[in-house]
This record gives sequence, structure tokens and C-alpha cells, in this order.
Amino acid sequence: MERRASPFLITVLCLGIAFLYLPMLVLVAYSFNASALASVWGGFSTQWYVELMHNRQILSAAGLSLEVAALSSTGALLLGTLAAIALVRFTRFRGRLLLTGMVNAPLVMPEIITGITQLLLFVSMLQLIGWPSRGMTTIILAHIAFCTAYVTITVQSRLATADRSLEEAAMDLGATPFRAFVDVTLPIIAPALVSSWLLSFTLSLDDLVISSFVSGPRSSTLPMVIYSKVKLGVSPDINALASLIITIVGGFVLVAGYLMRRAERQQQLDSQLAAG
Amino acid sequence: MHQATRGEQRVTAVTAGEQSGRTPAARRGRLALFVERYGRWLIILPPLLFLVVFFLIPFGFALKISFAEAALRIPPFSDVFSITPDHHWHLTPSLANYKYLLTDEVYAVSYFYSIKTAFFSTLCCLLIGYPMAYAMARSSKATQGILMLVIILPFWTSFLLRVYALEGIIRDQGLLNTALLWLGVIDHPLKIMRTTFAVYLGIVYSYLPFMVLPLYATLEKLDQTLLEAASDLGSRPWQAFVDVTLPLSMPGVIAGSMLVFIPAIGEYVIPALLGGPDNLMIGRVLWDEFFANHDWPVAAAVAIAFLVLLAGPIAVHQHYRVRQLEQ
Repeated sequence: MERRASPFLITVLCLGIAFLYLPMLVLVAYSFNASALASVWGGFSTQWYVELMHNRQILSAAGLSLEVAALSSTGALLLGTLAAIALVRFTRFRGRLLLTGMVNAPLVMPEIITGITQLLLFVSMLQLIGWPSRGMTTIILAHIAFCTAYVTITVQSRLATADRSLEEAAMDLGATPFRAFVDVTLPIIAPALVSSWLLSFTLSLDDLVISSFVSGPRSSTLPMVIYSKVKLGVSPDINALASLIITIVGGFVLVAGYLMRRAERQQQLDSQLAAG
Repeated sequence: MHQATRGEQRVTAVTAGEQSGRTPAARRGRLALFVERYGRWLIILPPLLFLVVFFLIPFGFALKISFAEAALRIPPFSDVFSITPDHHWHLTPSLANYKYLLTDEVYAVSYFYSIKTAFFSTLCCLLIGYPMAYAMARSSKATQGILMLVIILPFWTSFLLRVYALEGIIRDQGLLNTALLWLGVIDHPLKIMRTTFAVYLGIVYSYLPFMVLPLYATLEKLDQTLLEAASDLGSRPWQAFVDVTLPLSMPGVIAGSMLVFIPAIGEYVIPALLGGPDNLMIGRVLWDEFFANHDWPVAAAVAIAFLVLLAGPIAVHQHYRVRQLEQ
């Protein structure tokens, strides 16, 4: 018997969702406002988007942020997948507890602490071994560290539910463990890999606090530029930029969510077929 | 790893058989042997080393620098260790920063203020998030999937931009005030921005998905037959909820509360953008110490002290996470 939610529960759910979405929808609506005064509706206009395209500071910050996000999510995907394989497949090894701790800690560590400690590391490293100087490199290294945690968690849960007998069958047929993994298991966890790459990308693109600490004087990422403008109040070109980012990131998440769901359904179907 | 070893041996045997006695095969055999013996370390070591160097060791440096003194140089702090020309180690730790934390009132005040703010906003998230998660868990399977996505979407959308979007609603000339003025409910705009209420609103708005998702995960798995049994035995729905559902959903309540409480306590962006000058949360103090005062050693000491205070909640969170993973 399916228990239905009471009207009270449904009302709270709807209000809660409205609370989560209303500010963003209003922001997107205002980005098309011809008037620079946010309280007045001056008619539909795309002028703020046009202005945005001519803002060199924002464009170069966006370029830097995209580059950082692409590189750090790729790095995190590689390291996180290895960590997930290690944690799921190797039940006992020296440092397992350490790895588990380091994979879970960034998820709850306040960013401000991660940021300041990493900055102190980079500064000390620069003093001791002359590398890395603060800038894009340090931002990427810091982003890889926290994105790896998210990748590991996502891939780990997927890998844990993947059927190992298929891989064993491949190895019985003469495949090396590496080939068996690449040909059999990799396609199974591929959706998790894609979605964790996308999520790392958005996390990196969004990060303000850690980047502010570890970046150098000439490397401002997009959130840093946005933050310095937003601190001074609401500005219409930031509305346009925010709407663009929200739309793009929303699209990414929907694609990632869709891929994960489709894969889950496919797996359920497969196991039903196998069982039937 | 047994299966892996089996397959590896077979392949090694085949290649060795085909080209017996020739050096490349022997070399390949040795390589295979090496991979077989140490291959797992090729997988374990890269992430392990990377995280040790770029996540764990930084805390060591922060600890070290928290014992240094601010100095006018680059980087702006004194050496804690130094080696004299005659190869003697010199350890000159200074407890001045920690003493300063204890004597200057602003640190203690902001610690307690952060805990208070995080606690009450977690409570608000729980009061709003629980009915939401409960409604989700009781909807049909297809709806649940969509609702999950709806809740996750803001969770991944830019945090900074969401806070900015909220500002657009609660500003003096924001949507809320404009609407209320237009409706004639109020005569002059409500002052919400730069108040404590705005900080609470910001935290609840930003972290609500963190509360809803783990609660939903526990409530969804809840055995419905227990509730039916309770009602068969004469329990009123409300009483069944208090006696059965609530205790069984405690892991979700704790997981969600920790996921809100821990980041909220270290929040910087929300008090800085929405709060007033008296909303001194520890993240903001740390940020100012670093960026405005350029006192890195004091900032490091604040971070270490903060981490020590957070150790309790983080341990609770890890404990429940590990238990959840084991189930």
C-alpha cells in the first residue's frame, strides 16, 4: 500500500521548492530588464548581455575559470576514479583508512579552512622548492584536491554496485585484468564518470573562497570578479552573467542526472533480465 | 585480487609460451610480474599521495605558521625553524597568536556567534526540510525521481549566485518589498538586508537541499509495514509518527544536520553579503584577518582553533557516514 502525503506535507514541499527557485527565476527575469534600476521594469531588453560580451575583465576571468575547471575536473576524474577503484576493489591495504578519511573530509571541511591551509602550503613550498608560484597552477591543484573527493564518492557508489562476475568472466576468457576492467567495467561506470566530471566542473567553476586564498595577484577567477562587483550591490550585467551561468550549470546537472538515471534503469533492467 | 592474478598469470603464460627463451618475452614477463605484484600500488598511490600533499600536509603548515610571528617580508611571517650556519636547529615557536585569540574578545564572541547562528539555521532547515523530505518519500516512484532532481539542481547551482539572487528578493527595493508596498501591506520598505534575519534566511536558502537529501534517503527506505502495524494496534497517525518514523529517521536527521551545521559555522559569503557589521561569524573574522590585516600567523591560529572546535561535529558526521556505507 502506497501511503499518500497529506495536504500539509505537499504544501510545505511546494513552498520549499518555490523558495529554492523563486530568487533564481526573478534574477533571470531581471536580466532582461531594460532599466538599470532593479525595482523598475523598463521593458524587455538584451542589452546587458551585449554589454557583458564587451566586458574584458569578465571575459578574461571567464576564460581563466573555464580553463581551470576543465583541467581540474579532468585531474580530479583521474585521481578520484583511481581512489574509488582502490577503495572498492582492494579491501585491505596500508593507508586505506587515511585515504577514506581524506576522501570524505573535504566534503565537510569549511572551505575557508581548506583555502587558508592550502595557501600556507603553497607559500611554504615556493620558499622551499621554488614551485608553485601563486596563480592558475595553485588554483588548479587546490580544486583537484576537493573535486577528487566528490568524484571518488560518486564513482565509489557506482563501482560498488557493478557486477564483478562479468569482469571475472572476461578474465576467464583470457583478458588481462586491465583489459577486463576497460572493456567490461568502464562502460558500466561511464555514466558516473561523466556526471562526476560535470559536477567537478561546476564545483570548480563556482568556487570563490578557496580560489581567493590560493590565487595570485593577477589571476582572478570569475567568482572572484563577480564577488567584488556584487559586494558593491546589484548590477544589471551581473544579472545577465548569473542567468547565463545558472542556465549552463542547470543544463549540465540535468544531463548528468539524466545519464545517471538512465544507467540505473538500464542496470535494473539487465539484472531483471538476468534473474528472469 | 585473486581473479586478477589468475587472468594475469594465464596471459603471462601464453606470451611466455609463444616466445620462449627470447629476451623481450622474458622482459615482458618481468613487467607482468611487477604489475602483478605492485600493480595495486599504481592505483592507490597517485590519489593517496596527491591528497596527502595537497590536503593533509597543508594542515601541518598551518599548525607551524600559527606558531610564527607576523613579519614585514614575503611571506609575511617569521621562521619557526631555522638552521644556524653551524648546522644547529633552532626552534622558536611563539604562543603569542593563541594568547591573542584568548585575550581579544572578538574571537570568542565570533566563535559563539557562529555556533549560535549555525545551530538555529540548522534547526530551521530541519523544520522545513523534514516535511519536504517526508512528502517526497511518500510520492510515487516517478515523481520521486523528478523531485530528487529538483532538489539537487540548486545544490549544484553556483552558491555565490544564489546568495546574490536572494539579495535581489530581500533588498530594500527588492521584489518582496516592492510587492508588499504595492499590496499596501506596508508603508515603507522592510529592512531585511544587513540584518541577522537575512543571514539566517541566506543559510537556510543555501543549505536546505543538504538537509532534504539525506532525510529523504532515510525516509524513503523506511519500512511502511511498521507504520501499518502501529495503526493496526490503534496508534493515531501523529503518534505513530512520533513513536515509529521519527526515531527510525534519526540517522537522516543527524546526517542532514551535520551537513548544514558544519559548513554553516564556517560560512563567509552569506554573512559578508547579506549580514550587517555585527554579524561577525568566524569565517568572516578569518577572512578579514587574512585579507585586510595581512596577519597570516593569527589567521592560521584562528583556523587551527576553529578546526579543533569542529573536530567533534566532523567526527559525528564521519561516524554516521561510515555506518551508512556499511549498511
